[in-house]
Amino acid sequence: MTRAEILAKIHDVMIDVLDLDELHITEKTTASDVDGWDSLSHLRLITETEAAFNVTFTTGEIERFENVGDMVAAIETKLQNR
Amino acid sequence: MLESLEWLLPPPVDFRQQIKELRAAIEAGEFARVEARLQALANHGLGLTQLEQLAKTTQRYAAAATKTDLRRVKLGLLGAGTLDVIAPALIATALRHNLLLEVVLADYGTTLQAACNPASEFRAQDPEFVLVSSDYRTLDLDGSFLGEEEGRSKVEFANQTLRATLDGLKSWVRGGILFQTVVPPMEPLFGSLDFTQSQSCYAMVSALNRTLGEWARAGELTLVDIARAATWVGLENWHDPARWHLAKMPFAMRFVPLYADLVGRVLAAITGKARKCLVLDLDNTLWGGVIGDDGLEGIVLGQGSAGGEAFLDIQRLAKRLRQRGVILAVCSKNEQDAALRPFREHPEMALTEDDIAVFHANWTDKAANLRAIADSLQIGVDALVFLDDNPAERAQVRRELPMVAVPELPEDPALYPRALMAGGWFEAVSFVEEDAKRADDYRAQIKRKELESTSDVAGYLESLQVVCTFKPFDAVSRARISQLVNKSNQFNLTTRRYTEAQIATAEADPELYTLQVRLSDRFGDSGMICVIIFRKDGQRWVNDTWLMSCRVLGRRVEEAVLAEVVRAARAEGVAQLVGEFIPSAKNRMVEKHYQKLGFTLLEDKGGQTIWGLDVEAYVTPDLPITIVRD
Repeated sequence: MTRAEILAKIHDVMIDVLDLDELHITEKTTASDVDGWDSLSHLRLITETEAAFNVTFTTGEIERFENVGDMVAAIETKLQNR
Repeated sequence: MLESLEWLLPPPVDFRQQIKELRAAIEAGEFARVEARLQALANHGLGLTQLEQLAKTTQRYAAAATKTDLRRVKLGLLGAGTLDVIAPALIATALRHNLLLEVVLADYGTTLQAACNPASEFRAQDPEFVLVSSDYRTLDLDGSFLGEEEGRSKVEFANQTLRATLDGLKSWVRGGILFQTVVPPMEPLFGSLDFTQSQSCYAMVSALNRTLGEWARAGELTLVDIARAATWVGLENWHDPARWHLAKMPFAMRFVPLYADLVGRVLAAITGKARKCLVLDLDNTLWGGVIGDDGLEGIVLGQGSAGGEAFLDIQRLAKRLRQRGVILAVCSKNEQDAALRPFREHPEMALTEDDIAVFHANWTDKAANLRAIADSLQIGVDALVFLDDNPAERAQVRRELPMVAVPELPEDPALYPRALMAGGWFEAVSFVEEDAKRADDYRAQIKRKELESTSDVAGYLESLQVVCTFKPFDAVSRARISQLVNKSNQFNLTTRRYTEAQIATAEADPELYTLQVRLSDRFGDSGMICVIIFRKDGQRWVNDTWLMSCRVLGRRVEEAVLAEVVRAARAEGVAQLVGEFIPSAKNRMVEKHYQKLGFTLLEDKGGQTIWGLDVEAYVTPDLPITIVRD
């Protein structure tokens, strides 16, 4: 899976989890850029992202996520190490 | 099966589209069928995000809709960890149990304050029910290594904390107090020795849960046994240390849907919304094969084959349910004679004809039959669970009657019992003698109706040989009285709810006149069917509670009850009885209750009516009922 494909899939998860009608994200997008992305929905977002990619983030990884790109990178590494 | 709620259908592919349509309808004020559609969505095995979206939609509906067939419930959540994630899941899941739920949260870590402080913001929101969750980590049962004595004092301290919370809540919560059992940690300290070593967290949690159990048995609270549910899926899966550290999420996120259903079913039970009747299909549900084609010798049932034992197992489960008071009915596409043959002639049948209150074998569609079954039992369609191996029949019933619980069945009949019980449709929060008799009673009710249709009313009542037994409230009947007070909706003049502790206080209160009424007739013993409370106010007795079981309607029991109240009132020189009717969504049927009994209307406050009866002028009617005073 390319980074673009991963990003597209995260987009689909996010639009559903945050209950939005439209959403535009890039790897630079952070929580403050997106409506409804708060600490609570973040918890669900992480969980639903893990389920969508069938991966598990470590506590440390989650703590270090600062933007969407960090998530993409973590997922990319996990998928490559399969 | 449990994690993804496999007894429910998988979520529809157009879930999000349906949510959008519903939101648009609500916004436009078009409420027709919105409730049924919300419920139909809730009847799927929804995930976390779907529950969230459904909850949001439900909240908009609850705020906008003026009338609903669902029971509105306001639930307060107190306790350990992040409950904000759980709240929406509870709201959406409650629809599945015929409840329209509103959730009130206390701030993180303020349980005791919220429960005990009269000025707490939590209390100001006046939740009807409160659910208290506890966690071994917040109760500090996993601290550094302790001696045995210190272990015991740790437990004692945790006990006191929970006790103080309970006492605080008892002073003001009207509806009911629910406590979760505490889930033990997965990680052992000594290993198997933890079981007996009282300073192990495992032993401490067990001790604490035993205490909670004692409080529950004493009627002080209702347990939600989350500790047991955690063992169903395994502690290793239930606990997610990463999420605890990250967000104080008390269990793995993937079990939020299951957790919400467990709470939903207990709330259903406590509000009288638990299911009352199991409707069974026959061919390939209670036995293998088709009785009409395969004949008595051809159907698969009973010892001797694995398949036959599996079907026997589901029958035995149905039988056990009947013994605890669940009504059984049959709804099968069959000729009546063929359908009855196994019940009469097959030696391996666990269920007998007597176990089945209503037997519908015909070629009409099943939804129509389910309506007829509910009608003849005088229960709501929403009190039915429908077990059928045929997906097409299940789909038809779901479409026509979304309030009926229709478990999905796995391919293998050996798993039918699990699928039926996993849904928790028959959850109970108490069990008394009357419950066990109930299934018999409904069957007797059907026989009474048969008699009724063949004779005139007066002759029918004579022939029933009704006996009413009157008695003031007493300790023995406390549990049943409290159960009726909290469950009766239809024949209930004021719908006032009291806890078991409040009923206990009423027993000895000289300012109250209390009456419990039992009824039996030639077809059986109905047990307690009526609860009465009057407040003594000098020359007047003012009715506080008058409720009756709908099963005894049309037998002039209410007249006998009034005669008994008048008799007691006369003995104390009372001049007037005052009755009150407080309308609710469910009690329209007793709107004219006092009028029918000869009371005069005193006041009408927009539907809420006050009635008076002159005790001296009252003429005791001649009733075909034998009175016994205990």
